[in-house]
Amino acid sequence: MGCGDIDYSAFPSRLALIDGNNFYVSCERVFNPKLEGKTIVVLSNNDGCVVARSQEAKALGIKMGVPWFQLKELCRQHPIQAFSSNYALYGDMSQRMMSVIGQFSPEQEVYSIDESFLDLSGFPHLDLNDYGQQIRARVKQWVGIPVCVGIAPTKTLAKLANHFAKKRPALNGVCDLASLPANEITAIMRETDVSEVWGVGRQMSAQLNRMQIMTVADLRAASPNWIRQQFSVVLERTVRELRGETCIGMQDSPEKRQQILCSRSFGTYVSDLTSLQESVSTYIARAAEKLRSQQSMAHTLNVFIRTNPFSQKEPQYSKGITVPLPSATDDTLLLTYYALFGLERIFKEGFAYQKAGVMLMDLIDRSQAQPSLLDDVVELERRKRLMTVMDRINGEFGRGSIQLASAGVKPIWRMRQDRRSPRYTTRWGELVGV
Amino acid sequence: MSQQATSEAVQIRHSGVSLPRQCEHDVVQLIPGANTVRLPIASSKIAAGFPSPAADHMDEDISLDEILIEHPASTYFVRVKGESMKDAHIYEGDVLIVDKSLTPRHDDIVVAVLDGEMTVKRLYLRNGIVRLVPENPDFPVIDIQEGQELTVWGVVTSTIRRFRHA
Repeated sequence: MGCGDIDYSAFPSRLALIDGNNFYVSCERVFNPKLEGKTIVVLSNNDGCVVARSQEAKALGIKMGVPWFQLKELCRQHPIQAFSSNYALYGDMSQRMMSVIGQFSPEQEVYSIDESFLDLSGFPHLDLNDYGQQIRARVKQWVGIPVCVGIAPTKTLAKLANHFAKKRPALNGVCDLASLPANEITAIMRETDVSEVWGVGRQMSAQLNRMQIMTVADLRAASPNWIRQQFSVVLERTVRELRGETCIGMQDSPEKRQQILCSRSFGTYVSDLTSLQESVSTYIARAAEKLRSQQSMAHTLNVFIRTNPFSQKEPQYSKGITVPLPSATDDTLLLTYYALFGLERIFKEGFAYQKAGVMLMDLIDRSQAQPSLLDDVVELERRKRLMTVMDRINGEFGRGSIQLASAGVKPIWRMRQDRRSPRYTTRWGELVGV
Repeated sequence: MSQQATSEAVQIRHSGVSLPRQCEHDVVQLIPGANTVRLPIASSKIAAGFPSPAADHMDEDISLDEILIEHPASTYFVRVKGESMKDAHIYEGDVLIVDKSLTPRHDDIVVAVLDGEMTVKRLYLRNGIVRLVPENPDFPVIDIQEGQELTVWGVVTSTIRRFRHA
């Protein structure tokens, strides 16, 4: 072993990060196989910016977040197909994908619409490369979505391993760091830009670069104490995680900005609607707080409930529902209203529920949000003040000091999506034809 | 308004022909004031202190999902176009229940992808010969040639055919 190499097989913990390749694009392709091999982009709501790209689109140099109108010129030279985001479809496909992935370990953390962590520490007898291939094959067959699997002793390393699995065709979509020679890993880390590390943004990598930390290997070799002094405890944690030391536990991931997810396994099983309503309200309150703290608004939400897939004797039920909102909002009252509305539609009596969760999707910057003509601007202002007060009180007196007793708001239906594909899995009138 | 919405919700739950799974999975249209009304399974009044004798005989709701859907995560619905499978009693407009988790076998009815097109046919899989066989003499058998790519998208497990329309 060379100087600075780390033998990851010496650490007992094994976490896997599984994510869908070009997830939104892959969802479109499941029901429209002709799109295979074609250049595709998916646009944000109101057909504004690119939020997902096929491999072919990436190869053309189309960047994330580019406004659609700026691609008009490129479209004249290349056949590019654009889709409005179809969150009903993506939400449903995500649910299916997560439930299949969940069959592979009792400990799963759904991290975003297309990413999930699994704890595989309990399977020391398994060849985890092989197990990863099984996950890949089953998700592809059952759901139709191609995924990559990264496995490592820590979450930060698992994310990195997932990145290697994607970029290196020889790995065939699965990378278990503990099974690779330590010097080989160091070599790959030397070739990988430090900005690929989980939690290292563009701004931070520029700062790191100024201190001659250019690659993942450089960051891993940096002294954790020095990093804490220069940057933060958060980045120190990252360095420790890169060295194999577990700092971020399951169910403990930092937030991802594109979606906000809040879900928990219950301590005990829950079978009545009231208890589920309470937990969903709590999750929405937490998620909405995060939403406001990052100055975003959500245009779509998803709520899901499920039984424990590992208690085989019990009847199984797992269901989610995507609720498009009439206009983007960060209002706890509104979000709770729609989440409970969705929950009532998916709830079924007679099951022992183990988990519930909510996901806020289709996020936009608050500054970009335009109230729809139907929204009452005065009312919106009042609501905004109410939310600020709620957050302040909850910040001062602890989470949940102020909660909603109920919400009574008139829902309005409106959404502009000119290029949306059919909602193949959630509308009888829009099934794929064969 | 609320009265009307309520009776609608009851109708959906009671009508045997609609699939509860899909109703509940749908991205829903919001109806102000509409709350799903849960129908009691057995609604005898219970005397305080004594368990109702009916409790022992209470049944769960039965659901079409139980007999039609074995793997919810991998089960999809697709709509039939055309008459190429009419001798297998699959007609234009029918809904097929397709389970992607099943490994296709010889003689299964499958949804296949051929040259980017999705199609429903019977699968012939014997002695290295792969064919998609229509169930209608007016349609040709499709032999899969070497170099041609055939993907089985999923295995058809049932069809839903309505005889009376609303």
